[in-house]
Amino acid sequence: MSDTNRTVAPRPGDEVAIELSDVHKWYGEFHVLKGINLSVARGERIVICGPSGSGKSTLIRCINRLEEHQRGKIVVDGVELTNNLKNIDAVRRDVGMVFQHFNLFPHLTVLENCTLAPIWVRKMPKAQAEEIAMKYLKRVRIPDQANKYPGQLSGGQQQRVAIARSLCMSPKVMLFDEPTSALDPEMIKEVLDVMIGLANEGMTMICVTHEMGFARTVANRVIFMDRGEIVEQNEPLEFFNNPQSERTKLFLSQILAH
Amino acid sequence: MADNLSIQGHATVSDSPSPAEMVKPPALALGPLGWVRANLFNNWFNSILTILILWLAYKVIPPLLDWLVFNSVLPGEGVTNQTCRASGGACWAFIHEKYRLILFGLYPYEEQWRPILVVLLIIGLLGLSCNRNFWRPWLLGVWAAGGIVVATLMWGGILGLPFVPNTLWGGLPLTLILSVVGLVVAFPLSIMLALGRRSDLPIVKSLCVTYIELIRGVPLITVLFMASVMFPLFLPTGVTIDKLLRAQIGLILFASAYLAEVIRGGLQAIPKGQYEAADSLGLSYWQKTGKIILPQALSITIPPLVNTFIGFFKDTSLVIIIGLFDLMSASKAALTDPAWRGFYKESYMFVAFIYFIFCFFMSKYSQWLEVQLHRGHKR
Repeated sequence: MSDTNRTVAPRPGDEVAIELSDVHKWYGEFHVLKGINLSVARGERIVICGPSGSGKSTLIRCINRLEEHQRGKIVVDGVELTNNLKNIDAVRRDVGMVFQHFNLFPHLTVLENCTLAPIWVRKMPKAQAEEIAMKYLKRVRIPDQANKYPGQLSGGQQQRVAIARSLCMSPKVMLFDEPTSALDPEMIKEVLDVMIGLANEGMTMICVTHEMGFARTVANRVIFMDRGEIVEQNEPLEFFNNPQSERTKLFLSQILAH
Repeated sequence: MADNLSIQGHATVSDSPSPAEMVKPPALALGPLGWVRANLFNNWFNSILTILILWLAYKVIPPLLDWLVFNSVLPGEGVTNQTCRASGGACWAFIHEKYRLILFGLYPYEEQWRPILVVLLIIGLLGLSCNRNFWRPWLLGVWAAGGIVVATLMWGGILGLPFVPNTLWGGLPLTLILSVVGLVVAFPLSIMLALGRRSDLPIVKSLCVTYIELIRGVPLITVLFMASVMFPLFLPTGVTIDKLLRAQIGLILFASAYLAEVIRGGLQAIPKGQYEAADSLGLSYWQKTGKIILPQALSITIPPLVNTFIGFFKDTSLVIIIGLFDLMSASKAALTDPAWRGFYKESYMFVAFIYFIFCFFMSKYSQWLEVQLHRGHKR
């Protein structure tokens, strides 16, 4: 299974999609990110794991500037994230994000959720935006729910809408912030299947998750973070079978034990 | 077994609940007697309360009906103030005599068809705006056109209409103009103030906070007095601003501060995730605010918003203290006629009834709107 996926998926090229160098962030006195260096190639699929409070969510939220880093440099698709609002908007247009709690807009229908940003940010005609939205809703297998409101859907369906909503902006990079953590167990698979599909099409993905099966199947690289640092990173096979650091071994033993 | 089968068969055909749920409630709880027993006499304390209330109603309602209806004097041939004074009931003849003054104040008698049209036009515009299907940009155009027509009708001076200075305006049209213009201007202003108060820009934020706290910290009467008495002192000599306009500005300043705090409450109730989702999609601040945050914030603040609207509508009656003849002041003016002095009860009831109709409609409409806006996405 994992082998076939790996052969279908394009190998990450040398082109750099995201480059973080010596990124630091503090919440007040608390040092959340302690000099992160990370380079993500186009088409690469990265899974970030680590204990809670290790800074993994903060790290990916820095990539689309939901959080501001205070030192170091983040370059996304050739655009550096600074206080320049133009740059921030440019990066956000091209980086999709999926949240743990879906964050769909409850006052809009599923279809309107998907067409809002293309219409207002990309200035796309409504008909075209709806056509694209339906295409992606089909892809996440809920086109029949298009005219419902998010509150009428199950968690798994909502998360798939959230993925479709991001895809409608044709992002170059997708960030996933614990996309399955708020879901009931029986709904995790339907969301992961969509994500695996995306990975197979060559989407550049950074995914914070504890779904180790997913990491084995689709990741090119698994990163282990602890206390604001990248402790270890490796190909999934090596990472799981042959962890180097003690902290990684401890974490894996805890997470894989149950 | 056969019985069992037939019951089940019956149940599936008629689609009624299963036999277990079809047990009837005990007879005591049924019928009007059961209701009275369960709700009015279910224990000794409630029984005493019920009897007490019945006794009070017996004491209050018959005399009230006597005054309102049975002994009241209706307008008719030969009915004068003397007839009214002779009877012990309400003098509706007084209202008949004075309703033009109460409704239209000092507006020239022959021209009062104009304020009638204005009132109808404003009610029509409000009615039109109640329909959600009309919440489109063109509605603003309709309102602008309506405003021009209202101004033309009230002032006149063109199209062969005699000019009527706004010092002669009064009664219901004045109350409606003050309230509607007040809210139409104050509402967008209050949204800006509420957003400004939550802004990251320190100057904008402190300006908004200062404004809101300052205006909210003083009584409306003070704001009106300042607008009417103190404000002209700051103007260069020779420049005067119309008294009505000054009152209108005072009302707008006051309403916007209150509404801003109501709206800020709604803004605070929107989860952080909504902002983040909008940001991550690349929406600009104004797109995010206009498309995501405000629609949700305003829809959850409908109850307190309408509360403030209703309060504001009634507060316009305070313009009496700076000498404007709104509905309330006009009704007091009607009482100054020596022939009809003393019929204040009738006068105030009439005015209260008019206020009530408008306020009750606002309240009912807001309840309907709440249901409309929450339909579908209720969790």
